[in-house]
Amino acid sequence: MTTQAIRLFRKMDGLFAVYKPQGVHWKHVRDSIESNLLKALNSCPPPAPQLALQFQLLSSGENNSSKDLVLSPSMLPALADHPLVIGPQFHKVHVGVGHRLDAFSSGVLVLGVGKGNGLLEHLCKSHVTRDYTLEGEFGKATDNFTDTGRVIEKTTYDHVTQDKLERVLAVIQGANQKALITYSQVDLRSQEAYDLAVRGLLYPDGKSPPILTGLRCIHFNPPHFTLEVQCVNETQKYLRKLIHEVGLELRTSAVCSGVRRTRDGPFRVENALTRQHWTADSVIQAIAHFRKTTRKIRKSGMYRQTAGQMNSSTEVQEQTRSQTGQSEQIDQQHFELSSPTSDTVVDRETAVTMSEGRTKH
Amino acid sequence: MLVGNASPAKKTGNNTRTSSVLDVRRFICYYRKQENSSVAMRVCQRCVGLLLSGPLSAALQQSTRVLHQRSHLILLRHSTRQPLVHTLSQRHSGETWRHFTDHQAASPDVHNKVDLAQKEVVPLNSDVHPISSQVSLLDGQSIDLDAVVRPSPLQEISEEEAVQIQVPSALPPESSTLRPYVDKSETLSKLVQLGVNLWELEQRPNVGSMLVRLDFRADVAPRLLFLKDLGVEESKLGRLLTKNPFILTESLDNLEARVSYLKSKKFSKQSVAAMVSKAPYLLNFSVERLDNRLGFFQKQLGLSAEKTRDVVTRLPKLLCGSLEPIKENLKVCELEFGFRGNEIQHIVSTVPKVLIANKRKLTQIFDFIHNTMDVPHSLIAKFPQVLNAKFLRIRERHLFLEYLGRAQYQPSQPNYISLDRLVFLPDDVFCSEVALATLEDFERFQKTL
Repeated sequence: MTTQAIRLFRKMDGLFAVYKPQGVHWKHVRDSIESNLLKALNSCPPPAPQLALQFQLLSSGENNSSKDLVLSPSMLPALADHPLVIGPQFHKVHVGVGHRLDAFSSGVLVLGVGKGNGLLEHLCKSHVTRDYTLEGEFGKATDNFTDTGRVIEKTTYDHVTQDKLERVLAVIQGANQKALITYSQVDLRSQEAYDLAVRGLLYPDGKSPPILTGLRCIHFNPPHFTLEVQCVNETQKYLRKLIHEVGLELRTSAVCSGVRRTRDGPFRVENALTRQHWTADSVIQAIAHFRKTTRKIRKSGMYRQTAGQMNSSTEVQEQTRSQTGQSEQIDQQHFELSSPTSDTVVDRETAVTMSEGRTKH
Repeated sequence: MLVGNASPAKKTGNNTRTSSVLDVRRFICYYRKQENSSVAMRVCQRCVGLLLSGPLSAALQQSTRVLHQRSHLILLRHSTRQPLVHTLSQRHSGETWRHFTDHQAASPDVHNKVDLAQKEVVPLNSDVHPISSQVSLLDGQSIDLDAVVRPSPLQEISEEEAVQIQVPSALPPESSTLRPYVDKSETLSKLVQLGVNLWELEQRPNVGSMLVRLDFRADVAPRLLFLKDLGVEESKLGRLLTKNPFILTESLDNLEARVSYLKSKKFSKQSVAAMVSKAPYLLNFSVERLDNRLGFFQKQLGLSAEKTRDVVTRLPKLLCGSLEPIKENLKVCELEFGFRGNEIQHIVSTVPKVLIANKRKLTQIFDFIHNTMDVPHSLIAKFPQVLNAKFLRIRERHLFLEYLGRAQYQPSQPNYISLDRLVFLPDDVFCSEVALATLEDFERFQKTL
């Protein structure tokens, strides 16, 4: 017999994205989402208690004026089924985290609830890239590459122009492209490798260091500048170190004042939930919104498990190719009023399936 | 969780109970090593008296070895099991348990372990006595049930013997929850009707056993009446007892002494009732401790007696916790933040929570407000509620206002936004009135931080 609580619980299955604020550990985000979901589940009315036979001293009928108390049986709800004795109906909701974000960074954090937790693994193993916006500041270097750390040195930055910055970024991008080719696990001497490289479909397979598939400067206002990167296998500390190295290449020093993830695979910042919306209703709405994306991830995960390595590598290379192409069109403004929805995932996936069909035949 | 002079008495009370159970286990090991039958006998009597409430029927009184070995098996099972959460003692209110009114006089050494005030007696003690001579060692001996002479169930017995048959209770002797005992125990059912969260209490170690052993008429009812006389509302009693079940084992003299002390310090009746509701552990602390705390607050804060009373009535937790964090917080306010004495007094009397706030979070909030928002000390002292607010909220709202160009916190200049309106308005009101923007804009801005 399904109670309201069980029906609500069954809706909590899937993936959704949350906007993690800066300064908060990802575990606190996960814990507060879990406690909000549990609060909603336990506020549903509990199931009706079982009745038990009890003997009570009741007056023996209204006619009797002497008010004789007689033991009479009656069915009363057993106290053993009282919610204060049994406790809350739900003790735990499985909420898992996808690619983690450290406390200094903010941005899109993918969470999975219930059956969606298994899909998190597919998402992590799939070759999706992540999109970051890095804020940098010239003039000082600290011990942990952020602007809140202990300052180690201070330098001048008057000689830095946008042109020089672009040149440095191009050099870094070249090195990363080379790493992309090296770690793609394809025999570089074969014709097939040349074809893939020509079409830009090479992709790091398996274990690799952090690789930037895209890098550009979107804002330059010395001493502040903003970079946009697309990367795989990264950590946020690596990205802050990247800012520091950009500063070194320009013969000055730089610190990172913000790392913000704007996209994690198909999950974008427009549909991520802010802190006011970390309640059960909004979470269920977000899960429903991302249902198509979740289904694609499940299908691609199952396909990857069953298919051979060759097919899977072509599929994901198509994916990354279209993703990197798409990200270069991203607007420079912070506020994006028209949000590209998850329909783009559909396009990519259909392109993928078409290419799979072609490679099969 | 319980600190204070009153608690050790209770703890030893509990400890004797648990230590007696532990002694039983230690005696088993000792017995195994020494193979001393007299020790085994005492162990048997004790364990039988403490753990079993009569599942072994008196019909087996002739089968000495079976009885003995079965009790040993139960002992062994008990020793290898998880630590018992709730053990039943033999002390229960009369109508819930069947008991004998017969000649069953318990052996004196068992009585040393069990309370003398009880009416019930485990009848097995007397059964075990006459068979003491026939006890043999457990080691190396197997149970031979066929050799035992047992009465047939169809055999007719006399009236006296019929009365002596003890029907074992359906209640389990031990359980990890209070669920099986709630319907049968008067104390527990009355507590549930009051609104006490038994599930929460049984998670705490030993509290469940303590509650089961309480007698409603003798222990619980006088204290509930005492609290009611004090002025605590009945709707709040449930929450109070859930937070502090040990008020039911505190002696009434102590409770009355502490209440009279508080009244002698000129706390009104309503304020004492409010304090007890807000800080359930208050009356478990000794008079010396309460006195010490009140003296500290009066001296350190430099507030008048009236204001100290007001502060303590609003936050009675101050009297319960340790003084060290409070001293640290005061030092932080004085030295790190740089507040003057009268400013600290004003802050504490407006927002007493600053005294027990987390030092790191307090420092983070103050640092942001003073250094990033450029709000001077005088203004913060005027609105001390901001020190109590969430840091993320202050940060996001301030950055939003700064982005819109409306971050004006000086009262002398136009478009001034006071700190309490910045922090305490709900989001939609804040957006429409203070920031003059829509809620969607605010959310979009949050995603750029």
